[in-house]
Amino acid sequence: MDEALLRTLTPTVIGILGRRGADFAAAEDAVQDALAEAVRVWPDDPPRDPMGWLVTVAWRKFLDAARADTSRRHREVRAEGEPLPGPGEAADDTLQLYFLCAHPSLTPASAVALTLRAVGGLTTRQIAQAYLVPEATMAQRISRAKRTVSGVRFNQPGDVATVLRVLYLVFNEGYSGDVDLAAEAIRLTRQLAAKINHEEVAGLLALMLLHHARRPARTGPDGRLVPLAEQDRSRWNTRLIAEGVDVLQTALTRDRLGEFQAQAAIAALHADARTAAETDWVQIVEWYDELVRLTDSPVVRLNRAVAVGEADSPRAGLAALAGLDPALPRHAAVAAYLHERDGDPVTAARLYAEAARSAPNLPERDHLTRQAARLNAQLRS
Amino acid sequence: MAKYLLLKHYRGAPAAVNDVPMDQWTPEELSAHLQYMEDFAARLEGTGEFVDSQALSPEGTFVRYDGEGRPPITDGPFAETKDLIAGWMVIDVETYERALELAGELSAAPGAGGKPIHEWLEVRPFLAAPPTITE
Repeated sequence: MDEALLRTLTPTVIGILGRRGADFAAAEDAVQDALAEAVRVWPDDPPRDPMGWLVTVAWRKFLDAARADTSRRHREVRAEGEPLPGPGEAADDTLQLYFLCAHPSLTPASAVALTLRAVGGLTTRQIAQAYLVPEATMAQRISRAKRTVSGVRFNQPGDVATVLRVLYLVFNEGYSGDVDLAAEAIRLTRQLAAKINHEEVAGLLALMLLHHARRPARTGPDGRLVPLAEQDRSRWNTRLIAEGVDVLQTALTRDRLGEFQAQAAIAALHADARTAAETDWVQIVEWYDELVRLTDSPVVRLNRAVAVGEADSPRAGLAALAGLDPALPRHAAVAAYLHERDGDPVTAARLYAEAARSAPNLPERDHLTRQAARLNAQLRS
Repeated sequence: MAKYLLLKHYRGAPAAVNDVPMDQWTPEELSAHLQYMEDFAARLEGTGEFVDSQALSPEGTFVRYDGEGRPPITDGPFAETKDLIAGWMVIDVETYERALELAGELSAAPGAGGKPIHEWLEVRPFLAAPPTITE
C-alpha cells in the first residue's frame, strides 16, 4: 500500500466531512482514525474506491465520536438532518484547509504541526518524532491549535503568504526521524501549486526543488557539511533542477516578482554553473539587490556581501559587510570567509573560531572549527 | 538498569591532560575525534545502553523571578569564571562500574596529536522512580 498516496486523500476527505456538517476539529480526528484503519485493513483487503472507502469510514468514525460525546449531540442532529452531498470534491476544499492550518492566529510551530497533520495526513507520532518532542506534547500542540481555529469559518479566503511561510518552515527543518520533512514540504507545495495559480507558490516550489536537488552533495560520507563551492556537482539531481528551473521561468514570466522567486533565481544560477568557478556572481548580486528591495532583511544583506565578495573582490565584500550588525547570525563566518579570500588568514582563523562558538547547530560548528583548524595548521607550517 | 548522566564541561572541570583548544588541532585530528564520538554513541545504541546525547551552545544566561508583574532578572552571558556545561550523554547501564568504564572511554577520545584528551567528565546518577516493592 502506498502510504503517501493515501495521505494525499486526507485534505479532500476532511473537506467532504466539513460540507456534511462536521466541524473542522471533529472531521480531522475522524479522518485520522480512518487513515489508521486503512493502514490496518487495506494491505489484506484493498478497496476498489479508496476515496469512497475513506469518506464512508471517516463519516462513521465522526458519527460514533459525536454520539459518544453528549456535548456534541446538538451538532450531530444538525449534521444528520442535512442532506448528504456526494463525495465529489469542491474545487477549493483542500485550499481552504491550507489557509485554516496556517491561520494568522496560530503560532508558527502550531501552524506547522496542524498543516502536517490535517493537510499532510501525518500521524501525531510521526510529527513528534520529526520535531524531537514527546508525542503527548505534540498532541497537545495540535489540539490547542484546533481549538484556536475552531471559530474560523471554513470558507473564508486566506492569505497565501501565511501558507507559504508555514511550508517554508517545514522544508527548512530538513531531515530527522523517519519522515523526510523536506520531501513532505515539496509534496504539499506541489499540491498547493496545482490548486492555486500564484507566482510566489511557484517561486517557493522552485526554491525547494533547486535546494533539494543539492541534498545528496551537501554532506560528505562522514556526515560533514560540504560547502557549495566544494560540492560534487555530478551528485546534484538534474531532474529536480530542470523541474525547478522550469517552474521558476513560468512564474517569472508573470512579472510579479516576490521574495521566493528571487531566492529561487539565485539557487537556479548556482545550479546552472557546471563548476563553482563558472558561477555567474554578477547576476547573483543583481538578484540579491532585488531581494534587498523586496525584504530589506539584514540576513539578505549578509548573503549579498558574500556574493559581492565573489563578483567584485573580497575587499568589496568586506565593505558591503561593514554596515551590518556583527550580532547577526553567521556574521563572523561570512567575515572569516571574506578575510581569508582577502589574504588575511590570521583574522580569518580568529573569526572562524568565534563563528564556531556561536554556531546554531552541530554540523555547522564542526565545519567552522575545521576551517579554523585548517588555517591555524597552515599558519604553523 | 540505572541511568547516568555523563556531563562534559566547557569550563569548571579540572583541566584535561591534553588540553589544546579544538581550533588548534589539525583538520585530521578533528575528524578522528568526531568519528570517535559518533562510533561511541553508535556502539552504545548497539549494546542497548544509549539514551540521549546533546550538545549545548556556550552562550547562556542566568534568569530569576523578580516579583509579580515585573520582567525576570537576567545575569550574563556567563562570566569567564563560571562553570559551563558543554553537553551530555545519558546512558542506561547495569552497574555504576559500567557507567565509570564508559565515561573513561569517552574521556579517551582523541584530541591534539591524535592522543587521548583525558578530559574530566562528570558522572551523575539519575534519581529514579521509587520501586514498587519496598519491604
